[in-house]
Amino acid sequence: MTLWKKLFSSASSAPQARERLQILLSHERQVLGGDDLLASLREDILAAVAKRVPCERDAVKVRLERGAPLSILEIEVEIRGNVELVLNQAA
Amino acid sequence: MAKIITVTSGKGGVGKTTTTAAIGAALARTGDSVVVVDFDVGLRNLDLIMGAERRVVYDFVNVIQGDARLPQALIRDKRVETLFLLPASQTRDKDALTEEGVDKVIGDLSRHFDWVICDSPAGIERGATLAMRHADIAIVVTNPEVSSVRDSDRIVGILDAKTLKAERGETVDKRLLLTRYDPIRAARGDMLKTEDVLEILSLPLLGIVPESNDVLRASNFGVPVSIHDPESAPARAYVDAARRLKGETVAMEIPGKPRLGFFGKFLRRAA
Repeated sequence: MTLWKKLFSSASSAPQARERLQILLSHERQVLGGDDLLASLREDILAAVAKRVPCERDAVKVRLERGAPLSILEIEVEIRGNVELVLNQAA
Repeated sequence: MAKIITVTSGKGGVGKTTTTAAIGAALARTGDSVVVVDFDVGLRNLDLIMGAERRVVYDFVNVIQGDARLPQALIRDKRVETLFLLPASQTRDKDALTEEGVDKVIGDLSRHFDWVICDSPAGIERGATLAMRHADIAIVVTNPEVSSVRDSDRIVGILDAKTLKAERGETVDKRLLLTRYDPIRAARGDMLKTEDVLEILSLPLLGIVPESNDVLRASNFGVPVSIHDPESAPARAYVDAARRLKGETVAMEIPGKPRLGFFGKFLRRAA
């Protein structure tokens, strides 16, 4: 099987490179992408949400997926428990 | 007002300086006035690639610190008379370039030239961010190889955040220049394909420059590769890229797909 594989399987390495890059960059763009832009968006969203609903700093996830013809800005805010209950408690 | 181009990449050794010289010379050959500016303080090399290393008297830092006037520091190319070089200094002090100083010099240059081309140092430190600060267009030089693609992606993020255009809420026009492209490895499947890199970085393609001995030879002579042997494959790629920058539509030549066979070339030479 190994000999067969060695002889006949396509030995091209570029698809590996492509796959690794796609996974790595989608992660790095989340963490670093757009630097200041994402960081400041996160702060703004956190401030806006926290005004109405108690919400923790790391509960706000902002993701920017660059692309053509359009980019996607994904915002995810986790709020612990039922929102109505949380609101009533806060009141 | 000039168009300001920054040639950048993040990673070192991918061909930024070669590209700056080649595109600068190709644009100047069309009659436009061009200045190429070396931002690599402490490790200048654009002077060497342009064959002007023995003519450097004053440099970028001298101008910023008021020790020389800008026209004294500019070096006119000996082959193309509309092409000028502003060399970097060899000082070790990396903070010699200041934001205000760069703003002033680039402002002055852009009033007198059609194109200002900034050759960025590698990395994402001060020199690199200063080189991209004024950019209208960024040429992201990338090799079809994992570490170069990753660094280019990082640079694209910084171009979207730390330039004057980004601060004004506009975006820098970013173009991908694929360099050191090896058609044989690409055919074997051992090199990222052009489409792969384009898809991963999602940037428009400015050109594909093949890996070639002509680049090394031109650098040995100190002549921008685009004017050293205009018939060579990298020269054609750079000249086409320059035409695209001027807004022309030029069909993309993929290295490895010969335009003419042996006889075709022979006949063309004879003609």
